[in-house]
Amino acid sequence: MKNEFQHLQAAHCENGVTTNLLRTIGVEKITEPLAFGIGSGLFFVYIPFLKINNGPAIAFRTMPGLIFKRTCDSLNIPVVRKKFNSKESAEKYLQECLQSGQPVGCQVGVYYLTYFPKEYRFHFNAHNIIVFGKDEDRYLISDPVMENATSLSAFELERVRFAKGALSPKGQIYYPKEQRTVTDQQISKAIETGIKRNVFHMLKIPGTIAGVKAIAATGNKIKKWRDKLGQQKSGLYLAQLVRMQEEIGTGGGGFRYIYAAFLQQAHAFQPNDALLEISKTFTQAGDIWRNAAVQAAGIYKGRIGSQADFNVMGDYLIQIAEVEKNAFRALSKIKWNK
Amino acid sequence: MKKEDIPQDDGALNKLTKEVVYAVDNAGNYTTELSTGWEVKATALNVTWKDIEQRIEDARQKVLNNEASPILYFMELRLMDIGIVASYTGFWKWTIKQNLKPDSFKSLSEKKLKKYAEAFNISVDELKTMNVHEE
Repeated sequence: MKNEFQHLQAAHCENGVTTNLLRTIGVEKITEPLAFGIGSGLFFVYIPFLKINNGPAIAFRTMPGLIFKRTCDSLNIPVVRKKFNSKESAEKYLQECLQSGQPVGCQVGVYYLTYFPKEYRFHFNAHNIIVFGKDEDRYLISDPVMENATSLSAFELERVRFAKGALSPKGQIYYPKEQRTVTDQQISKAIETGIKRNVFHMLKIPGTIAGVKAIAATGNKIKKWRDKLGQQKSGLYLAQLVRMQEEIGTGGGGFRYIYAAFLQQAHAFQPNDALLEISKTFTQAGDIWRNAAVQAAGIYKGRIGSQADFNVMGDYLIQIAEVEKNAFRALSKIKWNK
Repeated sequence: MKKEDIPQDDGALNKLTKEVVYAVDNAGNYTTELSTGWEVKATALNVTWKDIEQRIEDARQKVLNNEASPILYFMELRLMDIGIVASYTGFWKWTIKQNLKPDSFKSLSEKKLKKYAEAFNISVDELKTMNVHEE
């Protein structure tokens, strides 16, 4: 069974799955940046007591799954979401969906995702792909981060759908339930909701674990890493920061460029020129993130590494915190068209 | 970032695909462009893998010196932590910590060894000998 489905590449997997699935129900106007912004995707979190792959737990985007959920909720699109206890029922359900012509989103683990290069295969269980058909014994896969569609055997697909560990997918499948018409007014309202929620997440969460305060706090921590962790380990920590910020899926600059693109596109639905100005500020934030990554690279390559170099690195984040704080404050003051 | 400043460096992902990057064009409008990679993040991935390879080698030495069981070696080889091993085997974390000791490992039943082997995607024989042949 081959369903009519057009693979479109995106920067980030969940944005891509969201936009591609929405197109299957006739919603064509939701681009990747719009899905990201409506889903309040921009974030920063550093959880000091948690370790991931022997490094710090840092994220530049919101929790996996929320972008799809929030975007559909905001546009009043009902969603079907299922998890499974048995591998058999998970495959049976998938086959039924495909037979009825329904491409579905699947949460999968990356470790056994055979088409990924080995260097990228960590135990990360919140990758998203679309399964859109079956050709003989191979499932047809649209992985949004790839240029072209691909395929997996039944066994390979089962293994990634039932990957174990943190955020284990448990065969999770999700898709928009039915055809819907989405009006420009609905999109406009969804943009407002998405921005207000993102302002809250970046400015109002108490403590220094999440939001702009967390960026500054991380900057201050980095200045102490050299003494506390030593040259080599702090290099590894910085490498992890850069990977979370720049690796496949971020669109560059820790998702800040996608968010800037979102604000430009939002202007078409909410013609307030402040959005265009604030978009420039996010571009600036993304640029500083990338300058910081170059500084970090100097340290983990061993080219530089004095305390002064770590101070420069930390100060980049403190500067970014200030830029993003001002940008979100400006967003919080926008007068929305009703 | 300006469109013309998008790096087109080499990277591991290049074997599979180019990736989408967002940048502004000359008129200041956002657009997407494909990138082959960026040296800064390729190096970040490289140093991460160098560290992993070192951890695997350290674990192998520990097993050879009878300071740890082969479970430690395969845990590092498969990039797992105790939590992930627990999740794949169904054993308690505490049990796994015990089984990381050589003596405790030697007394494991065939059934339990099989569970570990399955979690590491190897045979029981490979688990015992640390002899795995793969790419």
